[in-house]
Amino acid sequence: MKALRGRVWKFGDHVDTDQIIPAERLTSDNNERLGSYLFEKVRPGMSTSVKKGDIIVAGRNFGCGSSREHAPRALLQAGIVAVVAESFARIFYRNAINVGLLPVECKVQADEGDMLTIDVEKGKIINETKGTESTFAPFPPFVQELMDKGGLIAKIKEEKRCIK
Amino acid sequence: MKQTGAKTISEKILSNKSKLDAYAGDIVEAEVDYVMVNDVTAPLAFKEFEALGSEIHREKIVLVPDHFVPNKDIASAEQAAEMRRFAKRWKIDNYFEVGRGGVCHQVMVDEGFVAPGRLIIGADSHTCTYGALNAFATGVGSSEAAAVFAEGKLWFKVPGSIKVQLEGAMRKYVSGKDLIIKLITDIGVDGANYKTLEFAGKGLANLPVSDRLTVSNMAVEAGGKAGIFPADSDTLHFVRKFAKGKWEKVDPDAEAIYIDERDYSLDDLVPMVAMPHLPENGKPVSEVDVEIDQAFLGSCTNGRIEDLRIAAEIIKGKKVAPSVRMIVVPASSLIYRQADEEGLLAIFVKAGAFVSGPTCAACLGGHMGVLAKGERCVSTTNRNFVGRMGHKESEVYLASPAVVTASAIAGRIVAPKGAGA
Ligand code: SF4
Repeated sequence: MKALRGRVWKFGDHVDTDQIIPAERLTSDNNERLGSYLFEKVRPGMSTSVKKGDIIVAGRNFGCGSSREHAPRALLQAGIVAVVAESFARIFYRNAINVGLLPVECKVQADEGDMLTIDVEKGKIINETKGTESTFAPFPPFVQELMDKGGLIAKIKEEKRCIK
Repeated sequence: MKQTGAKTISEKILSNKSKLDAYAGDIVEAEVDYVMVNDVTAPLAFKEFEALGSEIHREKIVLVPDHFVPNKDIASAEQAAEMRRFAKRWKIDNYFEVGRGGVCHQVMVDEGFVAPGRLIIGADSHTCTYGALNAFATGVGSSEAAAVFAEGKLWFKVPGSIKVQLEGAMRKYVSGKDLIIKLITDIGVDGANYKTLEFAGKGLANLPVSDRLTVSNMAVEAGGKAGIFPADSDTLHFVRKFAKGKWEKVDPDAEAIYIDERDYSLDDLVPMVAMPHLPENGKPVSEVDVEIDQAFLGSCTNGRIEDLRIAAEIIKGKKVAPSVRMIVVPASSLIYRQADEEGLLAIFVKAGAFVSGPTCAACLGGHMGVLAKGERCVSTTNRNFVGRMGHKESEVYLASPAVVTASAIAGRIVAPKGAGA
């Protein structure tokens, strides 16, 4: 995966999936426009200000709460390509990988609007605005393979494991 | 982690289901017994599944519309219809229609899909509820559910386990809800992230199955992948009544390795309330002074017959405070019928409560009890996040059925008289 570069949106600890995409938006007619409801209760207007390629930087336990895959999909649809957090809730982490949103477990110093580059191969995050650099552990090989293939469904498709 | 041959319950179930000698930290591909999806998570799963062009493991699939049913608007009607169509097209027998189902997790228990030793996943985070019956069960996203529709198996990272040792017995009107709120408050909402909470100890004998279901239900509120109990005589008595098919209980080995151990004396527990906006904000009810607008009794956490019995005992002959709406929603059709036969529903109605058939209802702010700006609800549910039940400036206070009912009568959050005695 090539390096990602984008502006920072800053969040705190325990950002739950009800905040990311409220339950009342979870009807199938919304599935292609989840991005327009992103964080609508807690950061109204954010969905229209996100630029494609932006990155969220958050604290602990990002994505806790419900198993809704709509959460990473909403982030992606709005234009967010990666979430850098000190830790992730486990279901969100798996969902992110399956839909193609990059979850990076790393503590970085960043403020809203800083410009960040994430180099997955080198395991490096550079905050261009602050001139600082952080490193993160490589993904386990199994997870890296899943990401490279584009998630679990894409992997199964590619391996044609289940075609009649 | 050191491999000694001795295993936790999680390590054993995931070893059995993957036919590997698996330990915490290993990644395994394991055979799944059942995969459940609800109306909110189903449409994405159907879309992913149908794009695969695969065969289907129809006997493993359970479809339960519960979040926005009976259809609350046109969009939810369309969504529920998608479920019905999918069930028909793929000849899935395990579809539970409105009036014959209820909240997905309770339906899974009532209909006997849950049994000791099983590996069950659900596209709903509270799938961990089934750990109460000695199953390894965890929530996943819609794509992963779709993968199991197609393959009947899924990858898992075997979690390390935190042993929660229980001793003693709970006092009157103290329940599993108070235990789990206390535990989450102690370890934090990410205290068990990627891990299993495995319960043990002599105190289990004093923790009825219905309370264990509440405790396992909220394991995910501590970030837990699972919340598992061993199968004792109560479990076996319970599953013999409900479980379909064959099953085998799984005991942990005495030498199994745990990442951490926590001890709780059930005698010391008091009625608790988790203050907004995180389940880890637990406080003894005695330290709380909050007026409420709504009291909600229901959900996969505390909508069982035992919960309704306690509530009915407290409210019988009394009235819901004039300033309060009390909403009572049994978790499943089976429980609804039972509560009706026992005369419990009539007690609630007479007290001035609103009683409905089973659905998720206000729990996730979908319908039937959505909160307005500034309103406060004391609730037997499991989440009190910002905006969970409605307006972003509304507040949810999590508590036991006993506290919710006593509060509905008092108009403010209180424990019932005689609690903790
Ligand atoms: S009752 Fe609440 S927590 Fe349980 S499945 Fe329904 S929405 Fe989720």
